[in-house]
Amino acid sequence: MEHTGLLRRRVAANAMASKLMKLLTIISLLTLLIIGVGLYYKSTAILGEHSLWSLLTGKEWSPLSGQFGFRPFIVSSVYVTVLSVAIALPVALLTALFLTENAKPWITKVVFPILDILAGIPSVVYGLWGTLIIVPWIADSFGPLFVDYTSGYTLLAGGIVLSVMIIPLLVSLFIELFSAVPKDFKDASASLGATRWQTSRLVVVRKASPGIIAAVVLAISKAFGETLAVLMVCGNMVGIPHSLFDSAYPLPALIANNYGEMLSLPKYESALMFASLLMFVIILIFNAISRVVLQKVEQKFKL
Amino acid sequence: MKLKFVEERIFNLLMVLATLVVFGFFASIIWTIARTGFPSLTWEMVSQLPGGGFYLGKDGGILNAIAGSLMIVFASTLLGLAISIPIVFYINVYLKKASRLAYFARLSFDVLFGIPSIVYGAFAFTIMIFFGLKTSLLGGIIVITLLIIPIFVRSMDEVAKSVSKDLLDAAYSLGATKLESCGVVLRQIAPGIATATLLSVGRAIGDAAGVLFTAGFTDNIPTALNEPAATLPLSVFFQLSSPIPEVRERAYAAALLLTIIVLVLSVTGRLVTGRFSKNRIK
Repeated sequence: MEHTGLLRRRVAANAMASKLMKLLTIISLLTLLIIGVGLYYKSTAILGEHSLWSLLTGKEWSPLSGQFGFRPFIVSSVYVTVLSVAIALPVALLTALFLTENAKPWITKVVFPILDILAGIPSVVYGLWGTLIIVPWIADSFGPLFVDYTSGYTLLAGGIVLSVMIIPLLVSLFIELFSAVPKDFKDASASLGATRWQTSRLVVVRKASPGIIAAVVLAISKAFGETLAVLMVCGNMVGIPHSLFDSAYPLPALIANNYGEMLSLPKYESALMFASLLMFVIILIFNAISRVVLQKVEQKFKL
Repeated sequence: MKLKFVEERIFNLLMVLATLVVFGFFASIIWTIARTGFPSLTWEMVSQLPGGGFYLGKDGGILNAIAGSLMIVFASTLLGLAISIPIVFYINVYLKKASRLAYFARLSFDVLFGIPSIVYGAFAFTIMIFFGLKTSLLGGIIVITLLIIPIFVRSMDEVAKSVSKDLLDAAYSLGATKLESCGVVLRQIAPGIATATLLSVGRAIGDAAGVLFTAGFTDNIPTALNEPAATLPLSVFFQLSSPIPEVRERAYAAALLLTIIVLVLSVTGRLVTGRFSKNRIK
């Protein structure tokens, strides 16, 4: 009798745990939906007053008089992001190729922990480094070569600091992709007389290209959402930047800078929540696409 | 010499250069933070609360931020573990390999992983307004927990996926229920849990954008969940914007402290992963 009692308890515990775990899983899946709906709900106030189009393309930003044009911020965000990826991509590609195809084992042993640490350094530390090294460098050495005066707190500074922040992500994704390319392909290429670089360029990179695109999209969404570092080095002046040496004011910086006073002005809170919603939607789409592509690539290589 | 060999040479050089550039960035960051931070990193800095006139360059330390950060990180790591371990078990033990729910769960956690902390922060802020809550320790803990659950799930799932199905079958054949078989999986993913924890602690302690809205800032150590809490990254950020050099120097020291914590976590991560692997069956 006691044995059946024990068995029943064990089975009941299993069934209970199963339900509980399912609940937890589903609730955490719903967070995505809840965040989206919550932010949308908060943005309805401003969406009701201005059309989506006028919000996205308007140039005037003066919360005091109720004008909310997000174009300067969107343009700044896009410029900073594109710039950072343009700097990071070649460096990350070459580094990853070097580490997977050419480097001696001791070099990878040194570089991997460094990438780990770079990936773990908090964004405020990157921001501090940017203000101490990159900003003065642009203001005193690099900027004067091209323009008469620049404060250093520029689009370029944001792009450089962000690129350093996404390089570890890109390199580790690339290494994963490149080492998944079957060795037979490389051997076949080598036996046809290709040099190692030709093999890397024509076989490894080409084979991994869908994955590379997905990784870049992932890096874009990381750079796009990065807040504190860009807030510290971009200058944050409202206006569309016309050169690398102009100040920029990306969306995350806008939100972080103004959360304090957003409750004091009508529609201001709603406008900032609309900015968050915008970032959420863009990053959601970018992330989902790149993840699906990466999964497909992974499956293809496994066959 | 043939063109392809010239090309090979050039690109070999470029690859080495690129790697050196990455190394150079790393060295420059560590050197800058260490050089500016060490002179002002004193015992007083880490053991005292901000005194009167602290933000004008007078006496005091950043114990408020250290304590606040530790509280938030500790609580949210525990909460995050408590929530994500069952999720990993559910996806890997209870659901079938080809299950749709498992597919969507993995995809959603991947996407959640990419959502920037400022969006989490803004969202949590609206929720807090909705419930009439002020910036508080609790708010910070909730945001950081939300932020690190995807890290936990993703990195533990990566390890749990590779646990051999035979191992589970062996447990079932001995009459174990699925719940009891989770114990077997737990031993297999122990190194994964350790690495995931260190990863999340690193991210949790360095995150600023999320707590900016939700935890607020204070000069005291919070004694209850509804009191605001200071955090290290924000302490760096706020002190850095000061026009007074002494205050800025303390920001450098706080940044160095933060960097040291992250470095230590990263190094222990590598060591611990090895130690926890003794029960691992390949």
